[in-house]
Amino acid sequence: MEKVATLLAHLIASVLFILSLRGLASQETARRGNLLGVAGMVIAILATLTQSKMEGFGGALPALAVGAAIGGFLASRVQMTAMPELVALLHSFVGAAAVLVGFASYLSLASGGHGGEAVAPGPAGDAGWHVTVVSPILLGEIFIDVLIGTITFTGSIVAFLKLKGTVGGAPLLLPGRHFLNLGLLGGAVALAVPYGLHPVGGVLWLGLMAILAGFLGVHLVMAIGGADMPVVVSLLNSYSGWTASAAGFMLGNDLLIVTGALVGSSGAILSIIMCRAMNRSILNVLFGGFGTASGATTKAATPMVGDMVEARATEVASMLASARKVVIVPGYGMAVARAQHAVRNLVSRLRERGVDVRFAIHPVAGRLPGHMNVLLAEADIPYDVVFEMEEINHDFPTTDLVLVIGANDIVNPAAQEDPGSPIAGMPVLEVWKAGTVIVMKRGKGAGYAGIENPLFVRPNTRMLYGDARVSSENLLASLPT
Amino acid sequence: MQRGFRLRVAPGAGLLAGHSDARYREAGAEIAADNQAALQAEIVLSVEPPSLDEARTLSEGATLISFIWPARNPELIAALATRKVTVLAMDRVPRTTIAQKCDALSSMGALAGQRAVLEAASVLQRPLGAVFSAAGKLAPAKVLIIGAGVAGLAAIGTAKALGAQVRAFDTRLAAKDDVKSLGAEFLELDFKESGEGQGGYAKPMSDAFITAEKALFAQQATEVDVVITTALVPGNKAPILWTADHVGAMRPGTVVVDLAAAQGGNCELTKADEVIAHPNANGTVTLLGPTDLASRMAQTASELFAKNVLNLLAELAPKSAAGTPPGTIDVRNDHEIGGPMIVLLRGEAPPPKVAAPPTPAPAPSPRQSEPEPPRVAHPSVGADAAPSKPKTQYVPAHPALGKLSHPRPKRLRTLIFASLGLVLVLAWLYLRYATGGTTPMRLEVERFVDQLAVFVLACFVGWQIIWNVTPALHTPLMSVTNAISGIILVGGLLEGGHAGSLDTRSILGILAVLLATINIAGGFWVTHRMLRMFRKQG
Repeated sequence: MEKVATLLAHLIASVLFILSLRGLASQETARRGNLLGVAGMVIAILATLTQSKMEGFGGALPALAVGAAIGGFLASRVQMTAMPELVALLHSFVGAAAVLVGFASYLSLASGGHGGEAVAPGPAGDAGWHVTVVSPILLGEIFIDVLIGTITFTGSIVAFLKLKGTVGGAPLLLPGRHFLNLGLLGGAVALAVPYGLHPVGGVLWLGLMAILAGFLGVHLVMAIGGADMPVVVSLLNSYSGWTASAAGFMLGNDLLIVTGALVGSSGAILSIIMCRAMNRSILNVLFGGFGTASGATTKAATPMVGDMVEARATEVASMLASARKVVIVPGYGMAVARAQHAVRNLVSRLRERGVDVRFAIHPVAGRLPGHMNVLLAEADIPYDVVFEMEEINHDFPTTDLVLVIGANDIVNPAAQEDPGSPIAGMPVLEVWKAGTVIVMKRGKGAGYAGIENPLFVRPNTRMLYGDARVSSENLLASLPT
Repeated sequence: MQRGFRLRVAPGAGLLAGHSDARYREAGAEIAADNQAALQAEIVLSVEPPSLDEARTLSEGATLISFIWPARNPELIAALATRKVTVLAMDRVPRTTIAQKCDALSSMGALAGQRAVLEAASVLQRPLGAVFSAAGKLAPAKVLIIGAGVAGLAAIGTAKALGAQVRAFDTRLAAKDDVKSLGAEFLELDFKESGEGQGGYAKPMSDAFITAEKALFAQQATEVDVVITTALVPGNKAPILWTADHVGAMRPGTVVVDLAAAQGGNCELTKADEVIAHPNANGTVTLLGPTDLASRMAQTASELFAKNVLNLLAELAPKSAAGTPPGTIDVRNDHEIGGPMIVLLRGEAPPPKVAAPPTPAPAPSPRQSEPEPPRVAHPSVGADAAPSKPKTQYVPAHPALGKLSHPRPKRLRTLIFASLGLVLVLAWLYLRYATGGTTPMRLEVERFVDQLAVFVLACFVGWQIIWNVTPALHTPLMSVTNAISGIILVGGLLEGGHAGSLDTRSILGILAVLLATINIAGGFWVTHRMLRMFRKQG
């Protein structure tokens, strides 16, 4: 009956995980959801540790303790602006863990034992068969687990380094990179042949495949520009889920399969949402690279005409004070400048004065889905004045003033008006329909993606140059009392 | 004049709009000795159609551009035809994006719509906006606007700005977004029929629709304080929408403004250019049927009309490359804007239209042919005011701006699904009736298929649940999925704890446990930290 007990525990843990994700449907239930997730995890761990075949889990306990300590430390120290890095790093751990488990599983085959319950489906009499004939399905599962795991691992490490700034954000576009990708993938898959032919001694081939897959992961992410990072992080999120699922197949563990599938679909959906928000297909994001393929196929973007008009903080402050409806559009620039607290102070002062201040969040603002929401929440801005693009876009014509803080492409009117623009067709926040637009920007250069923004030269646009945090503080200081 | 035209203005032409002859002279125009002389020009621009006498004094072969209403003025047309005059009707400007800058009906409609609200407000027995006083609070007046075309939308904007609670009705569902964008409520019938007609106008509706509409209005009649009707069907008498019964049900002191009065009226009881105090069972309802609202704002109206005409002349002027001298216009049947406007071409009626004028695009971009309602009017004053640029907001007209993805053709999709189904059936038949394979192998396959079922179902569950996650929580979603994907820890435990001794396999397992635990602890804790920060207002 031990097996029944384990299965039941797995069932309960799976349900708890599902409820945990369901809780995220709204802010009210989200915290309870997180606790349900914790409960599910505790049940899963206990159910595994108490299995009778876990004779020697003693060695794993220190690992549990150390891991928990490191995780807790990382999580409590991380700045909210650095969330994308943390998330990417955690993805890489899932990938690495899956690879390790995959190799361990393979070694268990080779040594005649077996990992988990996978190869113990039949009556006890069957137990010895795989010493001579190893199940090709199991071999394949190990292979796939290691393949996806390695890509997730190395890809996430590169994403982490890029987000952290250690590696430059610009895409690395090697000549013939598509062939390189295909070659690496083909090579890795081709190694399945010698691997399959040496069912017991194939660890060398498995390792070789892992190295190729590792290069593939690195190269795939290196070729992606900084502005596309939200998609990549979501995609790696998805991969980490599929990796866990693959491990579940390999170990014959339903809990792993279910959980991995949940995480995998979550990442996939986030990727879809991000891509829709940029009006690009996932293939275009992964293999396109801004300004390379598109430059040749679409006609040149209309050059910008007009001048950017600069405004001083005192002017902007008096405009803010006399406005009735104000919308703030935060972008990655706000995160970089860590301006969210300064913005909060400005907003609360404006609200005291009776100004209706709201926030408009574009789905791809920041480097992580929902990144801006977290930053604003951290700055103690109530979530019910923070709106998604579809909720607020029709309100811009009746808005007196829009404050764009470190955002660029997501408010670019060229997306709607200039079919030659690289971002043509991308849904954007229609800030230019408001009475006045104030763009807070570090300098005069083009945005992250290097695309000209005609918003800046519109007659109703004023530029407020400088660091977003300093500018916000200046605005607050110059507000008439 | 910059385009090479010489201008001659009829004496006293601008008086009603507050422009003296002297000002025209300053602006470089020549003042004609009398009306007769003015009418001798090659191109005659006018607002109202000329009288029959005036028509006869036009020089032969001249071009007349003005409101004509040819359907209502057959004799005038006949008189003009005898003079071999080319007549362009300002009331026939096609309703296309490019022609919008010439569309005087739209610009005048926008003015009339704004003014209608003010006229109503001036006779209404109560303020439009809410009143907050020590004596108590008064809810804002309720304004019903029937017909959300240019005039209707302008009226909505004005009424809204004056603080009224505005609701609007239009048979064209495309108008719904326009109405909503102005902050008004769009009344809908529980009825599937859209009244998209030709050229941005509404078409006549079915009887069942009209019955439902009447019922809706009857209910509204008891509630609203002001009714403004703006419904026109081109070429026909305006439809009666607000019947005597509706007026009878209205509360005392309420007002009906019928902007269609000139075309017979939308309200059964209004009379053109009359103010009627209509007693009903409840008290007195004031019925207004103004036809001259635009003229009541003569300066702005004339300025807008002048710009419309100027834009039209610019469009009609032959492109300079053609070698024609500047200061001429070229009226051809196939001209995009000019063509449809032609009533007479050198005295002859144009051949009947083959192609219908374009209907406005359906819902997603109804603005393409709906003129932008003037949300805030900025009447620029001064003779040298540049013609206002055509608004650039009627996006997206360019096909390349649409979505990149093309839906796969339906037939192909059906084919794919059908062949998939066939493959599945064949596979099932094979599995059901084929025997053989070693026992352990079969057990393995069964295990795999079992797990596959679990996997697919879990994917579906995940798909359903994740779409419900609010976008604001996408970052916590990522971190919590980070945490639960640490479930790989279970695998690490199974491998790492299999034996008491430390061999390669258990070392790998323990390392996996270490990494996965970092994930679990870090993911859950950081999610908790983030979620703690989300708070509601207050």
